[in-house]
Amino acid sequence: MSKTYEFTIGELRREYLASLAKAGLGMLAVGACLAHSGLFDAQRLMEAGPALADLLGEMMPPDFSNWANWGMPLLDTLAMSVAGTFLAVCLSIPLGFLAAANASPHPVVHRLARGVLNFLRSVPELIMGIVFVAAVGFGALPGVLALGLHSVGMVGKFFAESVEHCDKRAVEAIRATGATPMQVMLHGMLPQVLPQMADIAVYRWEYNFRASTVMGMVGAGGIGFQLMGSLRLMQYQEVAALLLVMLVMVTLVDALGSWLRGKFA
Amino acid sequence: MLTIQGLTKIYQAHTALYPTDLTFEASRFSVLLGPSGAGKSTLLRCLNQLTVPTGGTVEIEGIGSIDTASKRHALRCMTGFVFQQHQLIFRQTALANVLNGRLGCTPLWRSLLPWSRKDVTDALGCLERVGLLDFALTRAGRLSGGQQQRVGIARALAQKPRIILADEPVASLDPAKSEEILELLLKICREDGICTVVSLHQVDLARKFADRVIALKDGRVVFDAPPNELSESALKEIYTSGGDVSSQPEEETGENELAVLEAKAA
Ligand SMILES: Nc1ncnc2c1ncn2[C@@H]1O[C@H](COP(=O)(O)OP(=O)(O)O)[C@@H](O)[C@H]1O
Ligand SMILES: [Mg+2]
Repeated sequence: MSKTYEFTIGELRREYLASLAKAGLGMLAVGACLAHSGLFDAQRLMEAGPALADLLGEMMPPDFSNWANWGMPLLDTLAMSVAGTFLAVCLSIPLGFLAAANASPHPVVHRLARGVLNFLRSVPELIMGIVFVAAVGFGALPGVLALGLHSVGMVGKFFAESVEHCDKRAVEAIRATGATPMQVMLHGMLPQVLPQMADIAVYRWEYNFRASTVMGMVGAGGIGFQLMGSLRLMQYQEVAALLLVMLVMVTLVDALGSWLRGKFA
Repeated sequence: MLTIQGLTKIYQAHTALYPTDLTFEASRFSVLLGPSGAGKSTLLRCLNQLTVPTGGTVEIEGIGSIDTASKRHALRCMTGFVFQQHQLIFRQTALANVLNGRLGCTPLWRSLLPWSRKDVTDALGCLERVGLLDFALTRAGRLSGGQQQRVGIARALAQKPRIILADEPVASLDPAKSEEILELLLKICREDGICTVVSLHQVDLARKFADRVIALKDGRVVFDAPPNELSESALKEIYTSGGDVSSQPEEETGENELAVLEAKAA
């Protein structure tokens, strides 16, 4: 009896020590990363304070005098995000079905589609932006193409996952009526996953709006292009104003997006 | 109407259906009995090729032996399948679910357009026959279990079927609802001259509704006669465990074991 007690208490102690050791190892790994990236360099951090204060001082007060020239770029950015998301959804529906194990015509196609999605996800949109600016020139178009293609990586993957999670018994009932494989997808699976797809698309649009503000920096038009210009000319007061405008826009888009997504629930 | 010869299904090493010969006639209401795992679902699903048989043939009057994809399509179009869990798309309305029954005989391009007035009218007619006209625009997920099964039957009716296969259509319903559903299936069978095969696990319901009772046990037909020949000794023979009654497919409910116990006690 007491032997079991002793054993259990010993086990408890051992478990406690083991978890301590694991936590210690984890801390050590994180600490090594902090040191490696210079977060322990007290001297540099101390110097950063005054430099930041200087910069912030130069930003004050924000200079909105140029506001009349920002309307068009803002519209560009908004249009770029919507068009990019639309492109992504159009490509993601077929790719998503091909990448879903339960809808794919063949396991090889399934693997291939997954590979394409992984590839698109792993190339950063800024790199795609640079490539498309080189291919089609400056403006919103390269931004749309870059955002669209990069988004397919994530949107297509999520579409595939929701297709895989749809009720397979309802799908079987559709097959039993004599529907062709294409009809099974369109009438058995699609109606089940449509709300999730809409949710994913709008969520991605919110992300793409934020991303499209950055796309301007590689020459793909929009408000980011203005921001880059002001930065180059070191007009920090205008930079501050632009950042504030972008903050307001992002907040509005996020609010609109979550309102829309609430409708799909 | 429907003839099977040597129909066999083998899963890996396990034989779910030994070579079986049966003929089903139009306007007849046949009931499949047997304990869980006997092979009732396997037989029904092989009949319309939802499960691909390992061997044997399925032959339909007017189509012939089902040996090509286009014949299989023709077979499925004329065969309504009613499932235990109804298997509706819950987000869609009852009407949309019934209209899905028309997919088989609708070309892909046409199924992308809105349904024609005739199709919708026919589907409403099917809902009316099962007594759910007032629920046409209610989401299937909002309906009760019995109502959902009626929608499942209406979907089968929308196919204008010559055969109806029903796999334990009342296993998840209470006794009163079960009788209603079976009465409905029997009425449809008689009125439309449909060849109907229903699997059940309640012996009393089989006695009440069947024209013919076919009992399966461990993948073999062990009884095939009118229900009045279903004696106590025959039941004992059907329900005494011979082999793998314990190895049940995942979706079986506890009710099946209950039925087995009841049958044994009887
Ligand atoms: N997909 C499957 N894979 C392997 N074995 C299966 C599968 N489906 C059914 N079986 C087996 O086949 C036998 C018959 O099952 P089933 O036809 O579902 O019986 P019933 O409907 O009479 O309860 C059971 O032993 C079951 O375990
Ligand atoms: Mg079964």
